[in-house]
Amino acid sequence: MVKKVVSGNYAAAYAAKHARVEVVAAYPITPQTSIIEKIAEFIANGESDIQYVPVESEHSAMAACIGASATGARAFTATSAQGLALMHEMLHWASGARLPIVMVDVNRAMAPPWSVWDDQTDSLAQRDTGWMQFYAENNQEVYDGVLMAFKVAEHKDVQLPAMIIESAFILSHTYAIVDMPPQEEIDEFLPPRKPLYTLTDFDNPIAVGALATPADYYEFRYKIAKAMEKAKEVIKEVGKEFGERFGRDYSQMIELYKTEDADIVFMGMGSLMGTVKEAVDVLRREGYKVGAAKVRWFRPFPSEELYELAKNVQGIAVLDRNFSFGQEGILFNEAKGVLYNTDAKPIMKDYIVGIGGRDFTVEDVKKIANDMLKIVESGKLDEEVDWFHLKR
Amino acid sequence: MAESPFKADIERVKKEYSEKMTPGAVVYLPGSSVINKTGSWRVFIPEFNKDKCVRCFLCYTYCPEPAIYLDDESYPVFDYDYCKGCGICANECPTKAIVMVREVK
Repeated sequence: MVKKVVSGNYAAAYAAKHARVEVVAAYPITPQTSIIEKIAEFIANGESDIQYVPVESEHSAMAACIGASATGARAFTATSAQGLALMHEMLHWASGARLPIVMVDVNRAMAPPWSVWDDQTDSLAQRDTGWMQFYAENNQEVYDGVLMAFKVAEHKDVQLPAMIIESAFILSHTYAIVDMPPQEEIDEFLPPRKPLYTLTDFDNPIAVGALATPADYYEFRYKIAKAMEKAKEVIKEVGKEFGERFGRDYSQMIELYKTEDADIVFMGMGSLMGTVKEAVDVLRREGYKVGAAKVRWFRPFPSEELYELAKNVQGIAVLDRNFSFGQEGILFNEAKGVLYNTDAKPIMKDYIVGIGGRDFTVEDVKKIANDMLKIVESGKLDEEVDWFHLKR
Repeated sequence: MAESPFKADIERVKKEYSEKMTPGAVVYLPGSSVINKTGSWRVFIPEFNKDKCVRCFLCYTYCPEPAIYLDDESYPVFDYDYCKGCGICANECPTKAIVMVREVK
């Protein structure tokens, strides 16, 4: 067992190396750059034989990963914000071609105005591309997430790409202890990829990039939908196995923290949930019956787990570090939709927090708790969406 | 009557191509496109008048599919499984032995 003090970005780079990634194609963008710099350093030092493809843009980075993955290689890349947006077309390509590429996205606010700070809207805008999405709370989860993502993505019944998402600077450039299992144990957990088809099996040639007429396209989409459903099972299995092997259990797609007897639950994704858990401890000591629900996997969406949680609580305060203009926070929107056809009807309010790297503190969680308590007690929701930090 | 040059392929593909809906729409059997009967796309169909034909082979040469073969006497034979009805043969025919007519299905 090796413990290293590393940034979130270095955790991602170590995970790619330990996952025995064969091809990396990437283009640097703040705050992702140190991921691919670290990978380049591994190669330069002779610690890794990853094939590194320097490309001229993120669109090309993903295109190169798609080509590599179609040959049967384990492919990895990393990007952020505008870079992810430029990849958009190729993201559909990766999932449509059913290639288990893994990418780390460092959540960064979209420009303009320019910002390099934390915001989930870049990755959530890629919601419908057919990629699985895992939001890491800390550097350890970045590392573990990459290892698990390959195993889930490469499962024969899934065969879909996955995105591991970490917060700009809060994780990407902040150092913390990350526990890295011995290589041979990782190899046992994550054996070499077994592709269904490869472009380099010359005895069994294949064609990729086929045309499907209206008579067939529909069924191909249905197959992706089913694979994404199946991924929920696989994620839980892989998360459980990870826990048994390495001591950190990921069998739940939503991590519940002190929710058993909670009246109010704070629900959100990513690094801000670390602050929330801390706040829950503080509030608990002051007698508040509150808990936290950290949505680890946003795609596939953990609908069943959300329902189980929602039927036992009075109020859910959704913390969205993102926004869909013309609607509301994206997690809030999804969560409400999941519960609509069920008997679970907790009062739900959307707090827009931390956008563009605005500080989100334990004090803020306390304010939200008090606001939410007032709403639950009176049964009256003052407003659905609260731009919480707004300078008024 | 001339035989489709794809006949052997069609039989092979019918036998070996069990799973069409592969993940990622990967096509794993070379030549399997023969089972895609592109003739179904057709709106106009070439109608052939053997009496006017001078066996110049222009239709046979220009057909982009190819969906025109030659029989033992070198007259053209139209393969309606793959003829998309583009009308190039009729356009090229110097004696108007081929005319395009709307196909009623």
